[in-house]
Amino acid sequence: MKLRTRFTLAALATALAAPLANAHEVWLLPSSTVLSNTGYVTVDGAVSNDIFHFNYRPLGIRDNLRITAPDGSSVEAEALTQGKLRTVFDANLGQTGSYRMAVTNAGVMAMWQEGSERKRWRGPREELEANVPADAAELTLRESVNRVETFVTVGSPTALTPTGLGLELVPVTHPNDLYAGETASFRFVIDGQPAAGVKVTVIAAGTRYRDALDKIEAVSDAEGLVRLTWPSTGFHYLSAVVSDANSSLRNADRRLSYTATLEVLPQ
Amino acid sequence: MKRSTLFALLALAPALACAAELRVELELPGIAVSDYRRPYVAVWLERPDNSVAAHLATWYDLRMRNDEGKTWLKDLRQWWRRIGRDLEVPVDGVTTATRGPGVHKLAFIAGAAPLGELAAGEYRLVVEAAREHGGREVLSLPLHWPPSAPQRTEAGGERELGRVTAELLP
Repeated sequence: MKLRTRFTLAALATALAAPLANAHEVWLLPSSTVLSNTGYVTVDGAVSNDIFHFNYRPLGIRDNLRITAPDGSSVEAEALTQGKLRTVFDANLGQTGSYRMAVTNAGVMAMWQEGSERKRWRGPREELEANVPADAAELTLRESVNRVETFVTVGSPTALTPTGLGLELVPVTHPNDLYAGETASFRFVIDGQPAAGVKVTVIAAGTRYRDALDKIEAVSDAEGLVRLTWPSTGFHYLSAVVSDANSSLRNADRRLSYTATLEVLPQ
Repeated sequence: MKRSTLFALLALAPALACAAELRVELELPGIAVSDYRRPYVAVWLERPDNSVAAHLATWYDLRMRNDEGKTWLKDLRQWWRRIGRDLEVPVDGVTTATRGPGVHKLAFIAGAAPLGELAAGEYRLVVEAAREHGGREVLSLPLHWPPSAPQRTEAGGERELGRVTAELLP
């Protein structure tokens, strides 16, 4: 039990810290994004220095993974294994339509002063009051919601509904319907509402084999829309980070991050 | 019978007797590899805006157990996007078994399935082939409908497709 708690805390710390550190890429990488038949896909998850290369830490996956089936039900991850450099799971996709796989880490980081000691606590929002004194001196609170997603479609793409929590991508162009040379539109929303001014960065896989990252950048318009033209085929890493003061906690700032792994196909 | 009526009937007769026809010859090249598998092939007619005017043929592996041959239909990528992912296979008279190397002749009659009625305008005949352990190739041949005189277009593939010809007969 003790070991388990420690493991969970360490995993949580990694999961929360990694996206915050900003120096690392966090991603899920599915074995297929487009399938003709129902059946299994396998998915890798990692925190890395180069996108889609397992070279830093496994992605902490516990109850924070949700695989949403086309009918809105949840699919259980199978054979979940955490290695030293990556986490792996399988998912049995039994319906036709689009699946969202999302790892969401939501939590609060608190820092305060107790006498001469600087205290820190990190954990889920519901446990904040039990762990941080209400009258803590020099208390700073930061709430964060970090989402890491990818999408897989069996047969024809179907609608993907946002959860309404944090920063999310809402398809205008379906994320399993992306082709090199074409322009895709995505709407970015914060807590379900269109988010203007979100800076979105896209990097194509294979950065190890080229000298420049060749980032594609775009900023969402008043309706939250971002338009991206895909110069190349292959997996792409899309990321965006937003800070605001709209935390439901008093005197807290809020940091919302979103990353998605998208596959761009040839014409 | 009045002479003019007879002339009119005679003039009409050929049009009634033979509706316009689309003939396609497609060559699958012989590929000398030990793990050769017959390619999946799709043939369809599309409009300038990429919308599908007629799904003419799809060849895939029908012999596998549990319909597992469907698994690789997505590898006909262009077809999968335009037609396949919204289609329940098999489709009578359209989906058939794969074929080996050689020249394959297909003929489609206007007004009859699967070509059906076409509005006058520009079209593209698209032929796509994808092979397990091999590559994929798409050829597109422009066609004008209806043909006023016999019309012939051809294109040459480089890897998975050989010569493809489309012939329109009025």
